Amino acid sequence: MGERSSIFDMIGPVMIGPSSSHTAGVVRIGRAANRVLGGMPEEAEITFYNSFARTYEGHGSDRAILAGIMDFKTDDERIKKSLDIAKEKDLKYKFKSVGNASIYHPNTVKLILTRKNRTVEVIGESLGGGLINISKVNGFSANFSVNLHTLILTNDDQKGSIAFISNVLANDECNIATMSVSRKGKSDLACMVIEMDSPLNPISIEYIRHLKWVHEVVYIPNIDL
Amino acid sequence: MKFLFDSFESWKNHCLENDLPVYQPVIDYEIQQKGKKEEHIWDGMQRALDVMRDAVNSGLTKDMTSHSGMVNNGAKKVYKSEKHVLNKGFTDMISRALAAKEVNSCMGKVVAAPTAGASGIMPGVLATLQAEHGISDKKITECMLVSAGIGLIIERNAGIAGAVGGCQAETGTAAAMAAGAIVHAFEGSIDQIFNSVGITIQCMLGLICDPVAGLVEVPCIVRNASAAAIAHSSAQIAIADMDAVIPVDECVMAMGEVGQSMEDRYKETALGGLANTPTGRSIAKRVLIQDIEMLPDEDKDED
Repeated sequence: MGERSSIFDMIGPVMIGPSSSHTAGVVRIGRAANRVLGGMPEEAEITFYNSFARTYEGHGSDRAILAGIMDFKTDDERIKKSLDIAKEKDLKYKFKSVGNASIYHPNTVKLILTRKNRTVEVIGESLGGGLINISKVNGFSANFSVNLHTLILTNDDQKGSIAFISNVLANDECNIATMSVSRKGKSDLACMVIEMDSPLNPISIEYIRHLKWVHEVVYIPNIDL
Repeated sequence: MKFLFDSFESWKNHCLENDLPVYQPVIDYEIQQKGKKEEHIWDGMQRALDVMRDAVNSGLTKDMTSHSGMVNNGAKKVYKSEKHVLNKGFTDMISRALAAKEVNSCMGKVVAAPTAGASGIMPGVLATLQAEHGISDKKITECMLVSAGIGLIIERNAGIAGAVGGCQAETGTAAAMAAGAIVHAFEGSIDQIFNSVGITIQCMLGLICDPVAGLVEVPCIVRNASAAAIAHSSAQIAIADMDAVIPVDECVMAMGEVGQSMEDRYKETALGGLANTPTGRSIAKRVLIQDIEMLPDEDKDED
């Protein structure tokens, strides 16, 4: 956990019960995944791991994750009815359970979301008290909390790319809080996940998007959790 | 100078060196780390207090039954009881903690403080401070800031999730936060506040998380009441300057160690303790869908 908690994580969040890790945190993971995808999916495959695997239904985690995917906030009274609302909105969903996945945090959920032929895979950890960490996006290590402003770049693995991007951010007076960089292999696809203290200018995001060696840009302003 | 809530000792020293009231570093931390304005911090605490009081009132007045049937208007029964094992104030306090927690179990709106499983403790304690002693909202929000600081340190050094540290991490942390709030409401010293935290952890240490059927109902609801009672006994002990002997930071360390060594079946997995009793198992069978497929660990196969 890179980022320090807020005092409103200790006295908060204001949320729909029953469980901060299994309900509120799961709503937040769903919202983060919604932002990574860029909207509500048409299809969602949701896998609950470890502590989640047996108890997700009892804690309402199934309703919570769908509510989050539909971008409801943690204190939205509609969470209780989200299974029905998802059906009304033609969101096809499927739940799976996996136990004993020792490589994952005790409260882990994996989402495979599809929207207009684009599929993203997001793995989120619910840390307790509604705090979350998005540990992976599309197989790349991510580690962001959606409490800050997050930039996710998929790009060619080439020299100077990190320096280039950090220079663009610096020109926007964006301070980098955390940064995760990983790649599929040498000179293959790479991914940068950057958390920033302040928002990035829309024009800078467009500029980065038009760079030849950048394949995809996802920008997630801090979600008002 | 930045203060980051790594330990109680450093919190105390920071206050003494800079001549600050105990809640001020909590405000400074939020401004520095999260870019909040001070007025928003006070407003946010006031809003949380409002939601807490609403939860207490809802639980004491509205129908509170859960899908499983395990929650069935228990708080109201206690609140209306004509027999008082101690006095009416104690019965009311217990009822308020139960009430807010029942609202949580019935998918109503609560403040996770620090977690939803423990969301009856702070409301029970704070509403009682106001009912019994007429303490103002302003003072109560100060107390809540103290509680938040206590939570930050325990989160950092032991953990606050039942799945990571057992029930001690959830209701134990909430009780510690509540004890500190009570002592601050009574104008206790920093030493007394932190002593109340240490004593509370000593009392809550080792408590496992064993929810029947995996639901946040049994024993969570009655443990919110007992944790609120322990917060009061710890505050009473600390405010009289009885020594906790083990310093508060070492109590937190012990809580972390106990949490780490606790078996997984006692960490919210609903596999041990009360969840694994014959009645617990039969309730699970009745209320949960049983066709949950436990897949082989697909990620191990990939590696």
